[in-house]
Amino acid sequence: MAIEIIKIVAIALVATFLALIVKEQKPNLAFLLIVFVGCSIFLFLADKIYEIILMLEKIAVNANVNTVYLETILKIIGIAYIAEFASQITKDAGQGSLASKIELSGKILILAMAIPILTVIIETIIQMLPS
Amino acid sequence: MGIDVDIIFKIAGVGLVVAFLHTILDQVGKKEYAQWVTLFGFIYILFMVASVVEDLFQKIKSVFLFQ
Repeated sequence: MAIEIIKIVAIALVATFLALIVKEQKPNLAFLLIVFVGCSIFLFLADKIYEIILMLEKIAVNANVNTVYLETILKIIGIAYIAEFASQITKDAGQGSLASKIELSGKILILAMAIPILTVIIETIIQMLPS
Repeated sequence: MGIDVDIIFKIAGVGLVVAFLHTILDQVGKKEYAQWVTLFGFIYILFMVASVVEDLFQKIKSVFLFQ
């Protein structure tokens, strides 16, 4: 695991340097280079993330937690990651307003996805209240 | 899964070569050829990056969204 972080940092530094060189000539190609490096770093991490999620699932099953909630939370994390990725890329390309729209849509979709969990929480609280 | 370091250098190399060709063709006076070279270089890189982005989205779907 320790070797891999050195690998990722080395690749990111080399890519930054290359992007600086290419940016003087062709800014759009430098942008594509950065997108590529971002994607490949995430693809590198995806297997690790999968192991973490498997562990979380196992813990949740052992604790008798309803798996629907865990699934919703994982979906929310996925949406948050995609939205963050796209908004960072758009911001790098200089389109700040589009980036904030992507962030807004990510937030709205997350809220819509969390409706079942929120409903359960509110019902539980209402039951707790002395009538 | 390893990171394809080759493709990073490929993208940077194509960028530099395209910029070089653009300058040369511009100075020779073939401005339209220079535009075409830039466009094709861009499309080539865009194709590579688009396939990786599609790969990334598939991975996110399979890891987080259970599909």
